[in-house]
Amino acid sequence: MLDELRDLYQEVVFDHNRNPRNFRVIEDADRTIEGFNPLCGDRITLYLKLDGERISDVAFQGQGCAISTASASLMTEIVKDKTIAEAEKLFEAFHKIVTGQDDDLKLEELGKLAVLAGVRQYPSRIKCATLAWHSLEAALQGEQQSISTE
Amino acid sequence: MSTPAYASLSDYPIERIRSDFPALGQEVHGKPLVYLDNAASAQKPNQVIDTLGDFYRHDFSNIHRSVHTLGERATARYESARETVRRFLGAQVVEEIVFVRGTTEAINLVAQAYARPLLEEGDEILITAMEHHSNIVPWQMVCQQTGARLKVAPINERGELLIESFEQLLSPRTRLVAVVHMSNALGTLNPVEDIIRMAHARNIPVLLDGAQAVPHVPVDVQALDCDFYAFSGHKLYGPTGIGVLYGKRELLERMPPWQGGGEMIRQVTFEKTEYNELPYKFEAGTPAIAEAVGLGAAIEYIEALGWELIQAHEHSVLDYATRQALEIPGLRIIGTAGHKGAILSFTLERIHPHDIGTFLDHYGVAVRAGHHCAMPVMDVFQVPATARASFGIYNSHEEVDQLIHAIKEIIKVFG
Repeated sequence: MLDELRDLYQEVVFDHNRNPRNFRVIEDADRTIEGFNPLCGDRITLYLKLDGERISDVAFQGQGCAISTASASLMTEIVKDKTIAEAEKLFEAFHKIVTGQDDDLKLEELGKLAVLAGVRQYPSRIKCATLAWHSLEAALQGEQQSISTE
Repeated sequence: MSTPAYASLSDYPIERIRSDFPALGQEVHGKPLVYLDNAASAQKPNQVIDTLGDFYRHDFSNIHRSVHTLGERATARYESARETVRRFLGAQVVEEIVFVRGTTEAINLVAQAYARPLLEEGDEILITAMEHHSNIVPWQMVCQQTGARLKVAPINERGELLIESFEQLLSPRTRLVAVVHMSNALGTLNPVEDIIRMAHARNIPVLLDGAQAVPHVPVDVQALDCDFYAFSGHKLYGPTGIGVLYGKRELLERMPPWQGGGEMIRQVTFEKTEYNELPYKFEAGTPAIAEAVGLGAAIEYIEALGWELIQAHEHSVLDYATRQALEIPGLRIIGTAGHKGAILSFTLERIHPHDIGTFLDHYGVAVRAGHHCAMPVMDVFQVPATARASFGIYNSHEEVDQLIHAIKEIIKVFG
């Protein structure tokens, strides 16, 4: 593969695209939300199970490119067992990472969250990476309707 | 395509054509640019770029009401471009050629100035399942305004219009048929002669959305006998911001103006306004003057090449690309109509079109990935999106090789 594409398509991305984690339905979810990117047609359904302030389970279903699938998969791994407040912080950090406004963040401390930092070189693809996170944010805010990246 | 057309292929001046398009000479990500996004918009030849530059350097002024020399020159060149469009479309008179911003505006003009005053509750407008959003939404809007209903003729799994179903959907309430001449998402060339004949047998006028067809096939509006024909300049190697609505004179005469303002009037008092004659009635405000002149230059460029050569070349390139694509495991061509223009829309198993688009770009190959503003078409084929390679007069067989090579590389990487 072309070296410069490695920044975006890291092995972790391929791995999560081929075998997305938490790719399932949570039948008794406390929050369910549809995310849609009308530009490319990517769709995600995000399921959240809450135990008080803690995200006890999170899963997704949907159809999208490698970037959006891997991003959703990574997100579910990262936010599981976090509190709502912690997840909100991660959402903000992720947004800074993919838009290149992360000067105040220490990427190494964010671990897998930084895998998608390469997307900042591809303005047309940033929304692919943020769809799952915007869906999460909306679900945490208690939105029940579908959300759109536009 | 007939065999004799193929015979002339060796005469096709591909190198000279490519050297006319300065944008094609560049590298992208260190690779020679292979521009295959022509269905979205085509690159421009020096003949168009220089016409725009020269016009602005020497002849530019506002048009029509200027008594000074530049005003007369600019007016003459603008009106000369209109005459070029008339000849290009085979229209009878220049009054039938209305300059607009593009195909979308042309269709909206017909929806609002032709359909809206005419439609009553329960009336119908008939389109097809392969329309671009710009030939769907203006009709939905006018239906909402009038209580009319939008009817949609289905297509088959090859992306061809089911002409019998289409004919059955022509009802006593159908007031207008609006059909794409060539599909942007599938490449399908519709049997527009049959469509027009069937509609006219019931006295229903027909609008053709020619945005995709005009760069690939000769159009003769009188031979077709269509009532409206819409196209954009920028897909025809011309400037953006300029397009054309052809309308039969008797229909345009009957239509009220669409927008009010300068140029479209004859006399204005605060009590009453008398509208200008055709086509100025529909050209309110200062138009895209230089862009119209540039469109004229683009048409002259195409005419100088000649349709026989263009069609033979593009058919050969599409055929070459299709044959190689079919040999790639996991590649599915979306749109396999018997009669097709130079568009290859495809999906790859387990690889999303957006990933295909980003990868191809790194191999220098520019394609479009998405729903191509034709979401209902994507629904028919049950795909969220496709990757689309669309070819033009300057694309070579070697560029097809680069496309195919890059697709094979992507498949290797994704496994």
